[in-house]
Order: sequence, then C-alpha cells, then structure tokens
Amino acid sequence: MIEIINLTKSFGNNKVLDNLNLTINSGEVTVIIGRSGCGKSVLLKHIIGLLKPDLGQVIIDNEDVSMMDHEELDKLRLSFGMLFQGAALFDSMTVGENVGFALKEHTDLPEVMVKKKVARALELVGLKGIEELMPAELSGGMKKRVGLARAICNDPKIILYDEPTTGVDPVMADAINELIVDLNTKLKVTSIVVTHDMVSAYKIAGRIAMLYKGKIIGVGRPSEIKNTKDPVVKQFVTGASKGPITENGG
Amino acid sequence: MKALIKRLGVKSLNFFIYIGGVFHLLVSTMFQIFVPPFRRKEFFSQMYKVGVQSLPIVFLVAFFTGMVLALQSAYQLTKMNAQIYISGLVALSMLRELGPVLTALVIAGRVGASITAELGTMKVTEQIDALETLAANPVKYLVVPRFLALCIMLPILTIYADFLGIVGGYLIGVYKLLIGPTIYLQMTYDSLVLKDLFTGLFKSLIFAVIICIISCYEGFRTEGGAEGVGKATTLSVVTSFILIITADCLFTALFYFMFP
Repeated sequence: MIEIINLTKSFGNNKVLDNLNLTINSGEVTVIIGRSGCGKSVLLKHIIGLLKPDLGQVIIDNEDVSMMDHEELDKLRLSFGMLFQGAALFDSMTVGENVGFALKEHTDLPEVMVKKKVARALELVGLKGIEELMPAELSGGMKKRVGLARAICNDPKIILYDEPTTGVDPVMADAINELIVDLNTKLKVTSIVVTHDMVSAYKIAGRIAMLYKGKIIGVGRPSEIKNTKDPVVKQFVTGASKGPITENGG
Repeated sequence: MKALIKRLGVKSLNFFIYIGGVFHLLVSTMFQIFVPPFRRKEFFSQMYKVGVQSLPIVFLVAFFTGMVLALQSAYQLTKMNAQIYISGLVALSMLRELGPVLTALVIAGRVGASITAELGTMKVTEQIDALETLAANPVKYLVVPRFLALCIMLPILTIYADFLGIVGGYLIGVYKLLIGPTIYLQMTYDSLVLKDLFTGLFKSLIFAVIICIISCYEGFRTEGGAEGVGKATTLSVVTSFILIITADCLFTALFYFMFP
C-alpha cells in the first residue's frame, strides 16, 4: 500500500501540491486525472523519490520515501517500473540494451538470461524481435511500448505510468490500455496511471482520483466518478468548457 | 533602491547556489570514481570522442599559432638582429602558456559544448530521471567516464599542441627567416627545462576538470526544451572560457612566485 500524507511541493512561488492526501491500494490500477500542468507528474516523481517534498510524506510498505538515503532509494526503485511521458529511452543504446538496462546493471544474470527476459518483455508489449533497432528508428507508439517493456523487464511490484496514451493514435492508445490492464492481471502489480484521457481512465481504472489545485478533490470507482455530483470533477470528466474550472484554473 | 537590493540579493544567492552545485558535483564525481563497477566501454568511447576526434582541430590551431608566433616575434627581433631567440620564444610560449590554454579553449568549445548539449537533451527528455528510476547514479554513469577521459586526454592533447606549435615555429624560422635548422633546434632545446612542460601540463589538468564539471553541471540543470539546451550550451562554453582564463592567470602567478 502507498500512503501519501499532507504532501506539499512548491516551485518558486507556484504551489503545485498542497497538503495532498491519497491512499493507493496494492494490486489495483489507480488513475490520477487532472488538467495538464496540475502536478500529476510531480506527484509520480515524489512517489518514486525523484523529487523531495517540502512537507509531508510518501509511505511505501511503512517506509517514508522522503527520508531514504541514496542506497535505500535505489533498492526501492528496483521494485518500481516507470513509463515516462516521452518514453525517455536512452538514445545511445539499442532497444534491447534499453529494456535490459536494469537487469544488466543490478543483477548477475548471464547474458543469455538477460536476452531471454528482454525478448519476453518485448513480446508482452507486442514488439517481438526489435532488440537491435535504435530508439530513433521507432514510431511514437513503439517508443512508448518499448518504455513499457523496460519498466516491466525486472518484474516490478509497482508500475508508474506518466500519460501512457498521450501522443499516440486512438488505436495504439487502446492497445496500450489493454496492455496496462493485461499486465495488472498477469503480473499482479500495483499500477498508478497519470492521465487526462478519460477514455483511457474509464477503461483501465480500479479507482480514479482527481487532482485539482494541488489537492485530491475526489476519489472513487469509475462509475462513481462518472456520476459524481462534484461540479469540478463533473466538468473535467465530461470535458465541458463552462464550469468552475477556468482556463487558468489549474 | 529596495528593488535593487532585492535583485542584488537574489543574484548573490544564485551565485552561491551555482558555486555550491559545481563543488557538490566535483566532490560526487571524485567519490564515484572509486565506486565499482568501472565503465570501461563508456570510458574508452569518451577517450576517443575527446582525444582522437579533436586531433585535427588542435593540429590546426597549434600549428598555425606556432607559425604566427614566429612571424610576429621576427617582426620585433629582426630590428635588434636577434632572430636566433625566436626558437626559444616560440617553444617557451607554447609549453608554458599557449599550448595548454589554446587546447583547453578548443576542447571547451568542441567537447564541453557537446557534453552540455548531450546531457541537456537527456535532461529535458527525462532520460536522466529514467536513469535514476532504474537505480543508476547519473554522476557515476555519465560524469565519471567524461571526467576521466578529459583528465587523461587534455594533457596528451596539450603535449601534441606544444609539439606542433614548435614545428610551426621551426618551419618559419628555418625556411622563411633562414635560421640554420641545427641552431634552431639546439636553441629550442637549450631554452626549455622540464618545469616548463610540467607547469603547462598541470594547468591543462585543471582546465580538464573545469571543462568537465561546468559542462556536466550545465547539462544537468538544463530546463525548457530545445531553447533551454541552446542556452545551457552557450552558458557552459562561456563559463568554461572565463574560468580557464582565470585559472590560467592564477596558476601562472602561483608558479611564477613558487618556482621562479
């Protein structure tokens, strides 16, 4: 279980997260929705310890991430997989080297085993046999899927997805959604997905949480969020331009 | 007035944050050098990029500088009928000053800029975050191989530049100013002591540290897409140039007084 308690983070005068509280259940897909730039990715980066909070705590299995030193953080991160918004593949490495990076760096597995695991991860994301390609040779959707293969290659317990369907065509977006659900069922991982794509959110979520003005203003099952009475959540999920959320309103 | 003081305060604070950040990176790099594993492949690849690929540009700069130095000295020394001293002047200037400084400036422009652009692009495309999420230390993985490659290759390039500068001066001295080749070489040899070479090489080692740490630091703090990468690269080269010239001045003075 991941508990986020009173998390606060500012960049200069801009308070991005403001006393945010959220509990993420193990083995569930939790989708965090909110407008672009509202702090969803910042929240993800706090969970994996890339950012330190100004105040508050992120508790994973009874350990406070913000209090961990480098070694403890590295140990924790090996139980995570993260898919970045732009996939963040290493340009100078082949697809195979990208996917097998963590295994090569942190395990004593022989080369043959690493190759096997890489091939399996690529097969899971539907990209069999592209180990020798360079990231520059891949389309946007393929990059995302390779990023996903890298995230799942060392059998993580928690997978973080930062806008997994942004910038890909609807067919590919649906394929990625299927993949997230599939991985969750097959690998029994805890998934945290950050998105503003409601089609995706309804399809994959066990629970949906809405981030607005630095706080979680609503949490529930997809059906509950769909039928919410909260005017802000309602405006966001229906995509209405008129309502309490203004153009500059976070 | 209040606004001016506030601005001054912010600028000073940013300056100290910058200095702190640079020193922190330097200390982390020195520490990570001794933490296994040693990335041999990346280290040799950087040696090739820093050293071998810089040979042509260092050749051009050093060779022509040696020639120009000989010609400009001849302009004055001929008046006093003292052309014979051109050989010593060129050799000393190259070994003590121009070899290390010009090579460092060329490498700051060629290699330093490329390091900042590469790391800056990695930063804005979240590749550095990705490294961290994969439990790989970015300093160990990215800075250490570049640091070691620069610290080894810059002094070697400096020796190469020293030699080429002397050859450039020799060609002008012998074929244009008609100084006898044996006398020219003898005068070059007589005017040099080992100290001249070593002080120059020590300076080039300091310049290597400056180039690597500044260019990596600027790369790591890049923000804001392609424009940010451009700004960081410019800032990295300008800062390296300023620090190289400043360090050169300091160390030249230090050596002058310590080893007169």
